Amino acid sequence: MLRLENVTKVYARRGVDIVALRAESLEVERPSYTAIVGPSGSGKTTLLSILGGMLSPTTGRVWLGDQSLYDLPASERARVRRQQIGFVFQTFNLVPYLTAVENVQLPLALAGVPAGEQEIRAVTLLDRVGLGERLHHKPRELSVGQQQRVALARTLANDPSLILADEPTGNLDGESRRLVLDFLDERHRAGCTIVMVTHDAAAAQRAGRRLSLCDGRLPEDAATRGAEAA
Amino acid sequence: MNLHTIVWKEIRQRPSPALGCVLAILLGAAALVAIRHVNLFSQRQVERQLQALGANILVLPKGASIQDYYAADQNGLTLPEERVSQILLAGLPGVEQLSPRLCASAELSGQPLTLVGILPQAEFRAQQTWQTVTLFKKNAACGCKTVAAEPSAADRAPEALVTRRAIEQLGGDEVIAGADVGRRLALQPGKSVKLLGEKFQVLAVLPPTGTVDDGRVFAHLHTVQRLAKTGEVVSAIEVLGCCEDAAGGLVPQLSELLPDGRVVTISQVVETQVGVNRLLAGSSWFVLVVLVLAGGISVASAISSNVRERRREIGTLVALGATPRFIAGLFLVKAAWLGLAGGLGGCVLGVLLAVTVGPRWAGVSVMPLLDLMGLVVAVALAVTLAAAYWPARGAARLDPCSCFQEV
Repeated sequence: MLRLENVTKVYARRGVDIVALRAESLEVERPSYTAIVGPSGSGKTTLLSILGGMLSPTTGRVWLGDQSLYDLPASERARVRRQQIGFVFQTFNLVPYLTAVENVQLPLALAGVPAGEQEIRAVTLLDRVGLGERLHHKPRELSVGQQQRVALARTLANDPSLILADEPTGNLDGESRRLVLDFLDERHRAGCTIVMVTHDAAAAQRAGRRLSLCDGRLPEDAATRGAEAA
Repeated sequence: MNLHTIVWKEIRQRPSPALGCVLAILLGAAALVAIRHVNLFSQRQVERQLQALGANILVLPKGASIQDYYAADQNGLTLPEERVSQILLAGLPGVEQLSPRLCASAELSGQPLTLVGILPQAEFRAQQTWQTVTLFKKNAACGCKTVAAEPSAADRAPEALVTRRAIEQLGGDEVIAGADVGRRLALQPGKSVKLLGEKFQVLAVLPPTGTVDDGRVFAHLHTVQRLAKTGEVVSAIEVLGCCEDAAGGLVPQLSELLPDGRVVTISQVVETQVGVNRLLAGSSWFVLVVLVLAGGISVASAISSNVRERRREIGTLVALGATPRFIAGLFLVKAAWLGLAGGLGGCVLGVLLAVTVGPRWAGVSVMPLLDLMGLVVAVALAVTLAAAYWPARGAARLDPCSCFQEV
C-alpha cells in the first residue's frame, strides 16, 4: 500500500509561503489504477514527485509498504526507486546522446546489472514494443511514437510494482495514445499499481479511481472509489 | 554501460565546451612544463659548470665580457704575460694552479678555428723564482697542493687539459685538438698539421666536453704569441684556488694586485644564467597561477553550464534510481577526463616546446622529465576536480522534479 499521512509541501517564494500540496490522508491500494486530475498549478507534479520519493514533504509521512520513504537516506530512496518504481514522462525524457538500447539499459546500469545482461534485457524489451530494428537509433532519429515506446520499454526494464505516469498521453497522436493507455492497462492487469496524473478525461476514465486536485487539496472522489471497490 | 560510458557519450555529443576546457588546461600545462624543463636543465647546467670548474677564478682584461666562462678568453683584449709572474711573486695563499691562455684565429685544411696558446705546468716548476716562492707558500691549513707539487700520472696525460684545465707537458711544435676539430679533420696522435704557416705534430685529441673547447686547437703559449705576432700577452689567466674559501678570499687580493685586470669567479660568470633561471622559476609560478585560475575557471564555468543544460536529464536519472553520488560522479568524472586530457596533452606539447626552444632560448639541451610531467598532470587533475566540485555537488542536490512536465 502507498499511503500519505498529513502531508504538506510548502514553497517559499519571495518571502511568502505557498502551500503546493495538502493531503491529510491518502491510501493507494496495491494493485490499483488511480488517475489524478486537476488544473495547471494544482499540485499534480508535486504530488507525483512526493509519491516517487524525489521531493520530501514539508510535513507528514509517505509510506510505501511498511517503509516511511522520507525517513530513509537519499541513497536508500534511490534504491527503492530502482527496485519498485517506474516513471512514464509526458515528454519521454530519453537521454538524447544515448541510443534506444542504451536508454533502456540505463535503469539496469543504475541497478548494477552486468553490461552483457543489460544489453540482452534491453534488446528483448525493445523487441516487445516493436523497435527491434531501431536499437541503435538516437531519440532524434525516432518518431514521437517510437520515442514513447522506448520510454515505455525503459519503464519496464526493472519490472516495477508501482508506475507513476506524468501526463503520459499529452504529446501523442491517436495511435500512440492508445498504445500508452493499453500499456498501462496491461501493467495494471499484470499486478502493477498505476498512479497517473492527466488532463485527459478519457484517459482518466480508464482508471478505477479518480482523484481531483484543486489548489493543492486532495478531496477524494468517493463515488469512483466505491465503483472500483464494487 | 556504466558511469564512464555515459560520460564519454555525453562528451562526444557536446564536444565544443569540453574542447574549450581541454585547450585552456593544455595551454597552461604546456607553458608550465616547457618553462620548468628549461629552468631545471638550465639550473643543472649551472650546477655542472660550478662543479666542474670548482674554485676557478678568471683574470681577464678590463672591459672583457663574461657571458660564457669557456669563451671569456675570446674578447680580443689582452693582458701582459708578466701578470702571471706578478700573481706568483705576490705569494697569495690558496693559489693551486695558474693557466694563462692566448686565443688567435687560424685555419686548418681551409677551416677557420681558434688556436689557443697554453703554458704547460712543468714550466712553472722549471722557473726557480716561482718554485722558491711557492715552496714558502704551501697551504698547510687546508692541505691543498701548490703549483710546485709533483703531478700524478693522470695529471701528466694530455687529456688532463679537459679535467684540470691545464696540461703538464707540451712541446713548441705540438698541438692538442679539441674533440670536434679532431673528428671533423680526422686528426690522430702523431699526424702533422700546418697552422699559421708552421708545422705541428698532433699530441692528442681531447674527449668531448660540450664546450667551445671542442672546436679549438691548443698549442704552446709562446709559439702562439710568436706566430700571431701579439708579443708577450695573454687573453686570460685561469687561477685555480685550492678550495672555495680560498677562491673567495683571492678575488679581492687579485683585484688589488692587477688594477688593469678584471677578476671574476665562476659564480659571477654564471650569474647571468642564474638570473635567467630565477626569472624562469618566477615565471613558472606565475604560469601555475594562470593554469589554476584560467583552467579552473574554465572548467567550473563549463561544468556549471553543463549542469544547467542537463537539469531534465539529471531529474530523469534520479527518477530511474540514480543516487546523488552517481549524479555528482557524472560531472566529477567528466572533469577528471578533461583534466587528464589537458594535462597529458600539455605535457607532450610542453616537452616538444622545451626540446625545440630550450637550446636556442637558454642554450640547454632538454630531455623529458617524467616526474615533472606526472606532477603537472596531477596538478591539472586536482585543479579540474576542485573546480568541478561545487557544480557537481549542486547537480547532486538539484530538484529532481525538473524531469516532470509542469502540469
